[in-house]
Amino acid sequence: MMVKSLRFRNATLAKHVVRKIHKLAPKKDTPKFCHVCGTHEWTITHFGLRTLLPTNVEVIAGPGCPVCIVPASEIDEAVQLALNDLVVTCFGDVLRVPGSKMSLLDAKAEGADVHVVYGVGDAVKMAEREPDKEFVFFAIGFETTAPSTAVEVLKQPPKNISFLISHRLIPPAMKLLVEMKDLNLNGFIAPGHVSTVIGLKPYEIFPKIYGMPTVVAGFEPLDVLFGVYMILKQLSQYKPRLENEYVRAVRSEGNVKAQKLMKEVFEVVDGNWRGLGTIPSSALKLRKEHEAYDARLKYDVNIQQGSVDIPPGCKCHLVIIGKIKPTECSLFMKTCTPQKPVGPCMVSSEGTCRIWSKASRTR
Amino acid sequence: MASTSVIAMCLAIPAKIVSITGDSAQVDFGEGVLREVNITLVEAKVSDYVLVHAGYAIQVLSEEDAQETLRLWNEILEAEVKINNK
Repeated sequence: MMVKSLRFRNATLAKHVVRKIHKLAPKKDTPKFCHVCGTHEWTITHFGLRTLLPTNVEVIAGPGCPVCIVPASEIDEAVQLALNDLVVTCFGDVLRVPGSKMSLLDAKAEGADVHVVYGVGDAVKMAEREPDKEFVFFAIGFETTAPSTAVEVLKQPPKNISFLISHRLIPPAMKLLVEMKDLNLNGFIAPGHVSTVIGLKPYEIFPKIYGMPTVVAGFEPLDVLFGVYMILKQLSQYKPRLENEYVRAVRSEGNVKAQKLMKEVFEVVDGNWRGLGTIPSSALKLRKEHEAYDARLKYDVNIQQGSVDIPPGCKCHLVIIGKIKPTECSLFMKTCTPQKPVGPCMVSSEGTCRIWSKASRTR
Repeated sequence: MASTSVIAMCLAIPAKIVSITGDSAQVDFGEGVLREVNITLVEAKVSDYVLVHAGYAIQVLSEEDAQETLRLWNEILEAEVKINNK
């Protein structure tokens, strides 16, 4: 695999594509492209790709961190379950995300049984091994993760495990961004791994209805640079369309089996996103026939209104949509650091602030 | 792989299937790192490369698809440079 990776890390190619980007970029306009994936932001920041682009071409990070956008109310639900003597299993990233009063890590410090797992399958195995305990899996994540939850629900796991479903869907969030006129977007870099599952079709509306160039791109620095080049090319031709740069992983139909299983298990409902509010048809819920596994129904989870998504002074809600850079928040690396994060964007390894904290970038 | 040092929710990592038992497979993430992953979501066989996300293979990667990326890049650069196939 090492050899395979090296083929996608060719410095000569990078120099050529950067030169082409500079040649093609408009001289006066200031095109702004948005990606919606934490891993894209990591590649861009880690490899300093923004410094390779012309100064008038901007790439911003949209709501691509599945941990950052889980609203405080849903962290509160997980905390409530953990404090009620259930074993809560979750991805490591979500442990420190603040709820209204506490995070799952705080709950653990108070004696709650909270376990980090690599995937939902490990949570099910734990439940099988310990039939006397009640388990909950906190199912967060976008379309890359939701199919794995669907697989386990359909296998009818033991009755002592249920699922707190907080999955979200990416295309509805992209629609929200494109409709925010003051964001002035000129192109989308669509997320590679979400697209391996959903395919290209869900993005068709962006060029068709909104005239927005959309390119699905992979995660090597060259993938992102070629993605930027392809969008610039579309802009220069005044022909917005949907293109796939990540052909080595994304088929136009996506993963049909994963889509089928998701449809079988989940229905699409409106969803609350931290800092963004409610986005229509952007969340998943277990269908009626699987509701025995719905932790919200099983344990009658009841969170009082008034949960706090964004603490005072924190500008995560603006960072999440790419309206400001982390460096434009007065808390960034002062009172809000990876060791003591204030907002969700500093907690998750995929959060824009956390990624910027390691790279000391200003662009 | 660019991002193996960051544990990210939307990150998927390629791995080679070493053996298969029912719905699960032993995969090699490179440098001898073996792990069991679930392959329900893909049609994969031993020696295939799969993209693994949170313990589940979500897509099969083929040599042809890898070549297709290099072909696309070359086409974009209008064959200005030859890709060094190390």
